[in-house]
Amino acid sequence: MTYSKRLDNRGFEETRPIEAKVGIIPNADGSAYFKIGNTWAYAAVYGPRNLHPKFLQDPQKGILRCNYNMMPFSSSNERVRPGGSRRSKEISMVTEKALLPVLDLKEYPNSVVDVFIELPQTEAGSRCAGICAASMALADAGLLMKDLVAAVSVGKVGSKLLVDLDYTEESYPDADVADIPVAMTPNLNQVTLLQMDGKVKKEDISKLLDMAKKTCMNIYELQKNALKEKYKADSQ
Amino acid sequence: MTEIRIKEKEIVVPGEVLAVGMEVLPGTGTYRMNDKIIAGRLGLAAIDGRTIKLIPLSGRYTPKKNDVIICKVIDVNFSGWRLDTNSAYSAMLSMKDATSDFIQRGADLTQYFDLGEYLVCGIVNVTSQKLIDVTMKGPGLRKLRGGRIIQVDSHKVPRIIGKQGSMVSMIKNETACNIVVGQNGLIWIDGQPEQELAAIRTIRKIEKESHLSGLTEKIKEYLAGNKGE
Repeated sequence: MTYSKRLDNRGFEETRPIEAKVGIIPNADGSAYFKIGNTWAYAAVYGPRNLHPKFLQDPQKGILRCNYNMMPFSSSNERVRPGGSRRSKEISMVTEKALLPVLDLKEYPNSVVDVFIELPQTEAGSRCAGICAASMALADAGLLMKDLVAAVSVGKVGSKLLVDLDYTEESYPDADVADIPVAMTPNLNQVTLLQMDGKVKKEDISKLLDMAKKTCMNIYELQKNALKEKYKADSQ
Repeated sequence: MTEIRIKEKEIVVPGEVLAVGMEVLPGTGTYRMNDKIIAGRLGLAAIDGRTIKLIPLSGRYTPKKNDVIICKVIDVNFSGWRLDTNSAYSAMLSMKDATSDFIQRGADLTQYFDLGEYLVCGIVNVTSQKLIDVTMKGPGLRKLRGGRIIQVDSHKVPRIIGKQGSMVSMIKNETACNIVVGQNGLIWIDGQPEQELAAIRTIRKIEKESHLSGLTEKIKEYLAGNKGE
């Protein structure tokens, strides 16, 4: 069956419904959730706080530690084994690298900022949802940041270019699929995460990046509003 | 041509353009990129003449010189005490800043301040590497005995203290509790158990409604209504 229409009737440049909220975990210094369709990411930020073991400390600047974790029954197919895996370790690392360019940790030497991203429910695009949630949580934690980070996955199924692939599209059996998660800083206009899974032509890549940029701007507006919503009372 | 894109007391998020033009200057929490001034953190915008700065609304306590804070003794060593400051960095209280008593070389320092005890101390100095020196010499700086410690958001502390300490002295008078508010968000309360609870309830209320104007009047009514209980 050739792929000519999205399975959930979305437009090709339309994301799944997004919901974002800031300040959801009272014990954390900053927290947020970001839900895109059936992919839910909760992020909690703790710190800057004391870092041990001591040899990990950097006297020049604070360090960022991200932890990405999918809960055991979060995905619709196989049970995810609890604890870290090769995959979660990689995603933790790329999340860290996606967030570091906007963070200014020079003010916090020898300390650590911990980011915990928990996904109770996933259906593709989880690293992007995680990055979106984490960037809001970091802003909520009052850290010095140059910009927020917005992320979305773009890709190609058969001959169609599309935004925010869901699980059925990511694993579409009868066509070539390319899945490209992209994270961007909306105001500084930089790409902080770019990965790719599958085959895609050079011309398509630039088109896809334009689509990703447009979508990231929309996501940024949602993140901004969610942050302002929490502190609305303070501006009165 | 200078254009200020935000209003006074508006909430801004990191990356938001606050103003365009070279006539305005970036204050704390903001940075300049080309001719734009951009928010470098989440905060409340404040326009002060030609500069735009951000007032932080959230985040951990950052130690500042001359702050009076409440600390917990976490370690005792040869020359003094190490204190937890409720921030990312611990503070050092040296023997000579702790007391004017003569302390014999090699004396047991725990007889002055033991592990787990709380102290009110003043920050003397904070280095670029965030090494903190504190002192116990000064008015009101002392060891805390009895009572209880609660933690609040350090950005709400000015509200809890009030103008010239009006808010906190009102709570003290109404509940007959001794209260010490540390800039680091730790508050010590000592009094009759029910009164301590009343004071905590009041402080939590201030923390929750810190953005409202005329808060002192509201809290006065709240405390008056609470007295009967």
